[in-house]
Amino acid sequence: MLQVISLLLENKPGALMRVTGLLTQRGYNIESLTVARTLDPELSRMTIVVDADSTQRLQVIKQMNKLINVLQANDLTDAPAVIRELVLLRIHTSLENRTAVLKEAEIFGGRVVDSSTEGFAIEVTGAPEKLGEFIDVMGAYGEVEVTRSGALAIALEAKKLRLQPPVPTKTAV
Amino acid sequence: MSTQTSTLMSGARMLAECLAREGVDCMFGYPGGVTLPFYDVLYDHQIRHILVRHEENAAFAAEGYARSTGKVGVCCATSGPGATNLTTGLVDAMMDSIPIVAITGQVTSKLIGSDAFQEADTFGITRPCTKHNYLVKKLDELPQIIHEAFYIASTGRPGPVLVDITKDVLQGMGHYQPVTSIHLPGYKVFTEGHTGQIRRALQMIQEAERPLVYAGGGIVAANASAELREFVQVIDAPAVNTLMGLGAMPSEHPNFISMPGMHGSYAANMAMSGADLLIALGVRFDDRVTGRLAAFAPNAKVIHVDIDPAEVGKIRTPEVPIVGDVKRVLAKFNKLLLETPAEPNEKLSAARRAWWRQIREWKAEHPYDAPVSDSEIKPQHLMAEIDRLSAGEAIITSDVGQHQMWAAQLCRFNEPRLWINSGGLGSMGFGLPAAIGAQFARPDKLVFSICGDGGFQMAIPELATIASHALPIKIIVMNNGHLGMVRQWQTLFYNNRLSAVELDAFPDAEKLAAAYGFKGRTIDKPWELAEALEEAVREPGPYLLNVKVTPFECVYPMVPAGGAIYEMVLGPPQPVAVPAK
Repeated sequence: MLQVISLLLENKPGALMRVTGLLTQRGYNIESLTVARTLDPELSRMTIVVDADSTQRLQVIKQMNKLINVLQANDLTDAPAVIRELVLLRIHTSLENRTAVLKEAEIFGGRVVDSSTEGFAIEVTGAPEKLGEFIDVMGAYGEVEVTRSGALAIALEAKKLRLQPPVPTKTAV
Repeated sequence: MSTQTSTLMSGARMLAECLAREGVDCMFGYPGGVTLPFYDVLYDHQIRHILVRHEENAAFAAEGYARSTGKVGVCCATSGPGATNLTTGLVDAMMDSIPIVAITGQVTSKLIGSDAFQEADTFGITRPCTKHNYLVKKLDELPQIIHEAFYIASTGRPGPVLVDITKDVLQGMGHYQPVTSIHLPGYKVFTEGHTGQIRRALQMIQEAERPLVYAGGGIVAANASAELREFVQVIDAPAVNTLMGLGAMPSEHPNFISMPGMHGSYAANMAMSGADLLIALGVRFDDRVTGRLAAFAPNAKVIHVDIDPAEVGKIRTPEVPIVGDVKRVLAKFNKLLLETPAEPNEKLSAARRAWWRQIREWKAEHPYDAPVSDSEIKPQHLMAEIDRLSAGEAIITSDVGQHQMWAAQLCRFNEPRLWINSGGLGSMGFGLPAAIGAQFARPDKLVFSICGDGGFQMAIPELATIASHALPIKIIVMNNGHLGMVRQWQTLFYNNRLSAVELDAFPDAEKLAAAYGFKGRTIDKPWELAEALEEAVREPGPYLLNVKVTPFECVYPMVPAGGAIYEMVLGPPQPVAVPAK
């Protein structure tokens, strides 16, 4: 089943590699992964969706937490959270279908970002499964090309961030 | 030069200063183009650098140093091939949780990514081989990172840390100020076990009828042997030590019942299978211990103490998980046991007495087999003789395979850090360089390096290192002319079709040793064995003893792959009498 993980990690060279490498090493399939800086430019927030057996979910989180650069790994799969994804879709459609396509896009809260006689480019955000439906519907009106951002998630309840304090070096007085 | 004021010096000198501040007295390495600035500093530095003959062995020697002392072992290699050669040793240290710090040189930062001479992506290659790794491209970050590396390697669950340093950082000049603190906000070290969980566990221990202590390498890593012995004595439970934990309980301790697992003792495996409570201390339920998981310790509740939260519940879900330093957790247990002794309970005491009776019966029924022949040297006979001379006091290193299993079965260890072997990764060629590291760390100790004839030939270059320092290591080759363990599996599971396992053309040991300037000898008669080993031990310098043993012996007991550990094969298949027609 799909597991949604939110990671807060230090924005250091190789941090992304450590996360993806760990997932590969432990045999978890990455469905999607997004990463960007947080308000604190030293930190990054990563949302990862992995295909993991439900018995493995805790193990994935524990392994993530073992990475030195990871400050916090949260499993948002069953936690109160908002999960959103962006899709950019280009549709090639006939002139007579144009109105219908616009109507459908509106139903899904889509926004036309480019229009030509050939068709449209449309952006939609929403829950990942909703976007799947949108893409299916659009497919009925013509040839589509799709780029998805992968899921972004935010927990609705703040989880206390426990950071480790500095420690003196061995020989320091 | 550890003053609090800043001093102008090169990156290479800062590196040496930081190593010295971490207490490094000895390191193992091999120089090269990009590490030249560092080697120039080492030329007249207090840190002793041991030149090995292959970088892989620098990592193994650093492990031997770390495993025999508990201190961080240090190895060093140049960029490209130097660094890639280290990787086996890094993974070996990772699998067995051994604290080592590896320093590698990297090409000048401007050249990174240009496919420069001897460039390799060491940082990328070693990511999965280490607990953590660094690439240092800025001089001012170097001191901080070196101290972080030692802190990460030696705390929590120990492991290897690699620091890749570009040549321009080593060459560059900067103001060095000793680092007084390090800050790793995301690095959590769990030390104290949860008191509530410990109390729950205590109650289970006091109510158990057939408790068993299953203790492993974590006890050794945590230096918790004394606490373990006290604990075992107070609760009076039988105890097994895994391959990695041998020595955690003294072999002669009345509560000790040897090693469990694929080639573990009958009593240990039966005890694991029969226990109603497994007290798992610093172990990871390795597949070589558990056999078929569904049939492992089927009647037991489990208390699992480990410093790594990811190990607790990874393989077997414990009834009581305790994340913490096993030394502190055991100390808490011991204190609580003293404060709250179990209520006298005649029914329980009777059950415990019956459990002990059962354990003693199992021990007596099938002790380890140590056959002696009057015409040829049995490998088990060799191990028994080494054990006689060691008497549980010597450091014994091994590679992987048959010789490792027989040594683990038949050699006694009175304390931890005497038995040094490649447990998790099972690296051939580990034993000899590990013995070098151990002998440097503990010059007072008698060190046996028990090798197979396969592993020995992987490590032959290090005879030069041994000769160069006149290290009095006793190299004992258990020579069966084959890759014994692979041969055993081919015999048992592949219709005895012996494919690519015969090792002919083994060099003449006497001449080989003589070529390096020390003594060597080959024996193949059982009556020569005791005397030859004694001669080796008497020799003040290195000694190579090549012992030709029965070629086709198999290690028993054996749990076939996928079997339950109580389904042991105790000996070779007996010839079946064919009924007359």
